[in-house]
Amino acid sequence: MSVSSPRLRPAPRGAGRRRSALLSLSRSTPLIPALVLLVVFLVGPMAFALWGSLTNSALSGYRAAKPQFIGLDNYTALFADKDFWNALLLTLIFVFFSAIVGQNVLGLSLAVLARTGSKVLSRIVSALVVAAWVMPEIVAAFALYAFFSSDGTLNAALKAVGLSGVSWLIEYPMLAVILANVWRGTAFSMLVYSAALSEVPPETDEAAQLDGTNSVQRFFLITLPIIRRSIATNLMLTTLQTLGTFGLIWVMTSGGPGTRSSTLPVLAYQEAFKFAQVGYGTAIAAVTIVLGAVFAILYIKILKPEVES
Amino acid sequence: MTVEIATPAVPTRPPARKTRSVAAPTKRGARWFANIALVVIGIAFLVPIAWIVFSSVDPAASVSIELPSKITFDNFAQVFDFDLTIRPLLNSAVISLGAALLTVVVGVLAAYPLSRFNLRFQRGFLYGVLFGSCLPITALMVPVYAMFVQLKLLDSIPGVILFMAATSLPMAIWMLKNFMDSVPISLEEAAWVDGASAMRALTQIVLPLMRSGIGVVFIFVFTQAWGNFFVPFVLLFSSDKMPAAVAIFTFFGNHGAVAYGQLAAFATLYSVPILVLYLVMQRVTGSSFALAGGVKG
Repeated sequence: MSVSSPRLRPAPRGAGRRRSALLSLSRSTPLIPALVLLVVFLVGPMAFALWGSLTNSALSGYRAAKPQFIGLDNYTALFADKDFWNALLLTLIFVFFSAIVGQNVLGLSLAVLARTGSKVLSRIVSALVVAAWVMPEIVAAFALYAFFSSDGTLNAALKAVGLSGVSWLIEYPMLAVILANVWRGTAFSMLVYSAALSEVPPETDEAAQLDGTNSVQRFFLITLPIIRRSIATNLMLTTLQTLGTFGLIWVMTSGGPGTRSSTLPVLAYQEAFKFAQVGYGTAIAAVTIVLGAVFAILYIKILKPEVES
Repeated sequence: MTVEIATPAVPTRPPARKTRSVAAPTKRGARWFANIALVVIGIAFLVPIAWIVFSSVDPAASVSIELPSKITFDNFAQVFDFDLTIRPLLNSAVISLGAALLTVVVGVLAAYPLSRFNLRFQRGFLYGVLFGSCLPITALMVPVYAMFVQLKLLDSIPGVILFMAATSLPMAIWMLKNFMDSVPISLEEAAWVDGASAMRALTQIVLPLMRSGIGVVFIFVFTQAWGNFFVPFVLLFSSDKMPAAVAIFTFFGNHGAVAYGQLAAFATLYSVPILVLYLVMQRVTGSSFALAGGVKG
């Protein structure tokens, strides 16, 4: 009958719906500060994004104080804008190659190698990978900017083996920021996969070994299916973290040359703050949030059992 | 048990030794392959980090990595200036401490009823929290700026703290609820029988039992706030309010091309505190997986 069923101090039977509603309400008072913060600073901006994208809001002056409602004009302009489609494509390329392929494959490989290789060596390598992840984004961005710049370490190394260097940040800006993001973010996948692999029961592997399978077959046919939930969770999380990458790209290329590396967050920033088109920038933000929401919902579907429990 | 990698051809060993373990001959090859791969990957991760360390003590640092001809602390001495580094680092500390404290206090309060009672909107709220914890926050920055214009919160450090606390709150509530779920209820029930209020039971019994969990969440939020570049970059303008992340960016824009040594010294001063905090957290939890573990739920 009653919807709320307190685990402690059960309400007396027959006390009625109203009493249990009151109890539920009084018990949730400690939630109020969290609710206020979340509603004002998280739900608020999202509502603002949807409303703001329907206005011609500007950065300063009259249009900033009194933006006018212009309906779907920002979206019509957005969908007709070559830069937007370019940014959407670059964002998908960035997420696919740096998160889904790069970080996941390298993270899983590192987790596997650490179990096979020497213990001391794998501890040192893990520490380096984690350090790249823990250090502040801006510091990582500078270190990688230096690595890829024309007189940087990469070209110096290429010259040392007799190859001629390239201006990576100008000729291949997307390749540089993708590799940079793999460098920065692989630690997360590595940690998730090492934990997942350590939970694979050794018996299954040994049994398969007796059946005469080789190690590659065992890895793809036994280990991977066992850790599939971790793989799915990790794919979603790395995708969502990568979707919002700004600092790394901004420091390394500023979205350039031209618009050759401006992903959606970079384009939204440029439109809003460089060209003072806040309404237009907000429409880009709204599209990015919707894109993120789709992935977030997929991720929640995977985690569903944990909320229900 | 080890998961093996496809191995390059290795000389076959005499069958007599093979009887010891079925996998023995390929195992050694796999180990060699794994070690070589680890060294190659390790070098790729080491080089950009080593560039910062070497450049910070090199009197003539360039954009390419090289061993310093002599070691000097001049770069550190030159950037050790109140306006240039100390105030930004203090601002970072104020913002990160503020955001971490606020998140932990509000998060613990919210986690308590979620962990101890079955509230009628429990599922909806938890789904909302999970959803909020995965959203790409950088996508929100333009609307947040527009909203801060209306709220008159632009260029205010408390505004930045409130926003950062709100963005870390979903993850913090999720982690704190999980930590609190592992504290047995029976202890509180005993306290309740003795007439203690729910708040008293929380502060006297539950919190002391989950202090390492609280430590993890605190350090997690602190680290995120300390490293955050985009939020203060958009929401603050006055140079005396800038945290280190933005100050380094500005410094680089003004001097970077000529003073890589100083840039690296500043970057080192700025990175060391959170690397130390991460090591502390590893000690507290006994595993480097703490952050990712909390994320996984």
